[in-house]
Amino acid sequence: MSERISLLTTERAEEWLLKPGVYFMQGNIASAEAALIAGCRFFAGYPITPSNEIAEHMARRLPQIGGYFIQFEDEIASINAIIGAAYGGVKSMTATSGPGFSLMQEGIGLAAMIEAPVVIVDVQRAGPSTGIPTLVGQGDVMQAKWGSHGDYEIVAYLPNSVQEMFDLTIEAFNTAWEYRVPVIVLADQSVGQMIERLKVPPLDEIKVVERNAPTVPPEEYLPFDSRYLIPPMAVAGEGYRFHVTALTHDDRGYPSTSHEVSTKLVTRLVRKIRENEKVIGRYEAIALDDAELVIVAYGITSRSALRAVREARREGLKVGLFRPITAWPFPYWGLREAVDRGARILVVEINMGQMVRVVREHYSNLVDIYFMPWAPGSVPRPHDILLKVKEVYGG
Amino acid sequence: MSGRLRLGLRTESIKSLLRLERFPHIWCPGCGIGTVVKCYAEAVLESGIPVEKHVVVSGIGCTSRAPGYIKLDGFHVIHGRAIPFAVGLKTVRQDLEVTIIAGDGDLLSIGGNHFIHAIRRNDDINVILVNNFIYGMTGGQYGPTTTIGSITTTSPYGFIEGSFNVVYLAAALGANFVARWTPLHTKELTSAILEMFKVDGFALIEVVSPCLIYGEMNNLPPLEVMKVFRDRAVIDHDADLSKTYIDLRDPKKPIVLGNFVRRSRPSYQVLARELIKRARGG
Repeated sequence: MSERISLLTTERAEEWLLKPGVYFMQGNIASAEAALIAGCRFFAGYPITPSNEIAEHMARRLPQIGGYFIQFEDEIASINAIIGAAYGGVKSMTATSGPGFSLMQEGIGLAAMIEAPVVIVDVQRAGPSTGIPTLVGQGDVMQAKWGSHGDYEIVAYLPNSVQEMFDLTIEAFNTAWEYRVPVIVLADQSVGQMIERLKVPPLDEIKVVERNAPTVPPEEYLPFDSRYLIPPMAVAGEGYRFHVTALTHDDRGYPSTSHEVSTKLVTRLVRKIRENEKVIGRYEAIALDDAELVIVAYGITSRSALRAVREARREGLKVGLFRPITAWPFPYWGLREAVDRGARILVVEINMGQMVRVVREHYSNLVDIYFMPWAPGSVPRPHDILLKVKEVYGG
Repeated sequence: MSGRLRLGLRTESIKSLLRLERFPHIWCPGCGIGTVVKCYAEAVLESGIPVEKHVVVSGIGCTSRAPGYIKLDGFHVIHGRAIPFAVGLKTVRQDLEVTIIAGDGDLLSIGGNHFIHAIRRNDDINVILVNNFIYGMTGGQYGPTTTIGSITTTSPYGFIEGSFNVVYLAAALGANFVARWTPLHTKELTSAILEMFKVDGFALIEVVSPCLIYGEMNNLPPLEVMKVFRDRAVIDHDADLSKTYIDLRDPKKPIVLGNFVRRSRPSYQVLARELIKRARGG
């Protein structure tokens, strides 16, 4: 080609970003606007309900900021394209829902293996399979963590409001680029498509993490340098002339079948998240101090659960709410004190039992853990949860 | 490696582009892929484009191991997905010259959907498709270019599916540059790769290549491969591509080679840059 454009046309990008202030906005659109503020300049996706507003909004907004939007032939292309863009040094994302999220799993494994920072917004809908595309579900919690083959770690956030669709999308980009890991914004149809208040702070109050680029000369650079937990990341075209493979690889990025190399690599891939779980992991605790029963709920379900907690308190029942803000790493430590006090736990989620397994893994030998399954397609009402609370109390 | 082996002068010059510390490579003696790597490396050096701006991407398979031996920014990604990875990279980094080196199974079977859509979009990437008519790495299973009638490990009673004519397919989809060569035609192949670098839009070279281990399944006996390529090759740049299907089982049928298609449809990336200007009101 005749013209060699070195970088994106991002000059004056700030002028086009969402201005600070208070908005009445849809969750999906808030997520898209947040991505732009976080520095996202490439979006690749495939139409799927109920995440479409993100792609539609990005198609209109990204070019204004000097970024690129491509609607690909499928979700498989989309996830691989954003990984390619990330290795061009450009922040990139995709958005999808259940079926598309399933198709992306191999690509998510690739991103984990080659430590490509990418953000995937999964607006969960009712499953399994095609399910009910227009209605809510929380059935992708386990898939987010275990969806691709092999051993790796990812990070997944659980927004429960339009505000969090905004805040956690920015945080997702920061975590992705800080840890070189695929990060999932595990939203749900209700939170993604609801319209409510959003407060956008001034740009200089928003933390944005940039790539940790190598400082050594090319002959000393090791793309997967195991002396670091998170190796500095070179990108294409900088002169490092580095090799990346999805095969098990050594510090140079060269394939290896040695068990020693495999041990070193896979251990580091999980250590970089596991050793930082308390830095990355987040939760909200409401009325836990004296709680005899703790409801564990997240995403849209946590809002029903909060109302149920208030009503239970009004009736004199000492009920609290534990809301994981990260599904992965699961913030188990936030429940420790309540468990030590002997509080029982009730997990409510819109699936047939996913996060409850994680809660049991940590605490089933210490306290009684109850579960309220809720089939996808609707959100349990506060009343439904309150009935279960009373049943647990009665029993 | 034998001490008696002396590299030719042209080969000597490409050493700077090879990861020699990884040699010996995994390819079988007589395989065509090494020749493709050599031609690509020569073209890179002669391209006038700084080496650090060249990027090589691949999927999975024998051919896709090529980036592992080439000292450029190289990405050996997952099976079938070299094209979308390359498109994402090229779109955000249009200063890079992105070339895919991968095989027929990777690009046309598992990656077939990306292949047709990248040509439809006219993404500004270069694809060197090494067609050996078989899945070599996994052990001789039939692929999307296997010759009808061939006995492979997964068609023990003969291959009954149809197969792609790669150049005809790419031309029909609208690729800006379409060529076909063999590892016997190294000068032509290097020239075609050099031309491909200059093309704005999708550029494809099919390299008809032998598989020494499983070639016999496609009627390409290892000791006769180069003879077949020499005797049956017909260079015809203006060939009617509908008549260029490669039938390895019919010794009378020619293997038509050439630089068949040159078009100047604007690439997706150029149009996307213009779109950005429009969106920004400038």
